[in-house]
Amino acid sequence: MDLTPTPAQTVGPFYGFALPFEGGEQLVSRSHPAAVRFHGTVFDGEGAPIPDALIEIWQADEAGRIPREEGSLNRDGYTFTGWGRTSVDNNGHYSFTTVEPAALRQGSAPYILVAVFARGLLDRLYTRAYLPDDNQALTADPLVASVPADRRDTLICERDDQGNLRFDIHLQGENETVFLTYPNTPQVTGPIDD
Amino acid sequence: MGQMNTNPDAAVASQEEISAEISALHQEYERSKSQGGAEETNVRLNFPPYRSSLLRHPTKSLHHADPEEIELHSPAFGDRDVSPLEADLTIQHGGEPIGERIVVVGRVIDADGHPVPHQLVEVWQANAAGRYIHKRDQHPAPIDPNFTGVGRILTNANGEYSFTTIKPAPYPWKNHHNAWRSAHIHFSLFGTAFTQRIVTQMYFPGDPLFDLDPIYQSITDPAARDRLVAQYDHTVSQHEWNTGYRWDIVLSGTNRTWTEQEEQ
Repeated sequence: MDLTPTPAQTVGPFYGFALPFEGGEQLVSRSHPAAVRFHGTVFDGEGAPIPDALIEIWQADEAGRIPREEGSLNRDGYTFTGWGRTSVDNNGHYSFTTVEPAALRQGSAPYILVAVFARGLLDRLYTRAYLPDDNQALTADPLVASVPADRRDTLICERDDQGNLRFDIHLQGENETVFLTYPNTPQVTGPIDD
Repeated sequence: MGQMNTNPDAAVASQEEISAEISALHQEYERSKSQGGAEETNVRLNFPPYRSSLLRHPTKSLHHADPEEIELHSPAFGDRDVSPLEADLTIQHGGEPIGERIVVVGRVIDADGHPVPHQLVEVWQANAAGRYIHKRDQHPAPIDPNFTGVGRILTNANGEYSFTTIKPAPYPWKNHHNAWRSAHIHFSLFGTAFTQRIVTQMYFPGDPLFDLDPIYQSITDPAARDRLVAQYDHTVSQHEWNTGYRWDIVLSGTNRTWTEQEEQ
């Protein structure tokens, strides 16, 4: 039996009637006492917002627990399933309502795992959106520490005046986001600049 | 790529120009592989003949990450999320959709050979005229009022999926002049670990558009391209009802040990 992983293909421009679903961006209700807005804009290599990207997030809860409950596609308003999906709007902007995850273990900084899909993007990209407040935890985090200092900020959310988490995603350009690859997960960039 | 038009809808290049670009990239890959270079089992993110990718592929190496616990798990889906009726795309409206009724079956396993049970498979596609129910698809082919082209399935305990639909037609797009996509069904899949997340496309055997399609050809290795092509399976066809296709999907490895999986 051939166990070579099946190749990816782009999500294309026409996922809009298939993948987004009602409540996909609301991991918790806005009235949840710990609700926080996690949002940002997806940019292309010319700094233009991408109007046809799809973002998924997957995260632990406020206690660092990994959700095992079903019901993301049909939320009951009470169960935290840890996963959300939304399209960007015409301005390339996405927005989730969620809670801030706690760290998964001692010595790692808390983050929201992000998957990016778009027309023009032939395979999904992963990145981590780290919470910005605990500098000590960020410095000690093995992934953050392994990223060159001048690109580290692309992995860290900004906290805005309202307390929201802002996380812009640059597929290319001066502030190109650090995208992640994992062991046993073949991904092919094709020619790269560095 | 300095002089290349980066507008993905410019449709300026001819098919001959696009095909020549594809051929040059494939030959370069074959040369590299014959000299001991890596086999490319996945699609290339940087594939200029697919014009939309020009400004949307990372220009730097992907950064190696060791998975933390969250990456070793996946969201759970179940009966609360998906109704069994969603696996039949031909019964979503008042009447029968136009086209060739097909059943697509297959098995989702991971690169360690383990089936992926009780997990979400989402599919979407154009109708039998090559038209999507989407405001961005405005080309002059008819919408079928009895066909939306969206389905969801949960794999069974053995990782198997099955759905009923209408065979989609090829459709035109603006990547280059007179560009046509090979007929395909989009698939979105989850594994047991979020690092196995994949969105891809299933194709039909013998499609005459394969060689001309820069999205399909963005997989440089012919063996890897073949993995996206379903097989006609007469055991799935049913008397006076449907033809059948089989397409198995292999997700990447989990980075977990089997013992850890059994503990769930």
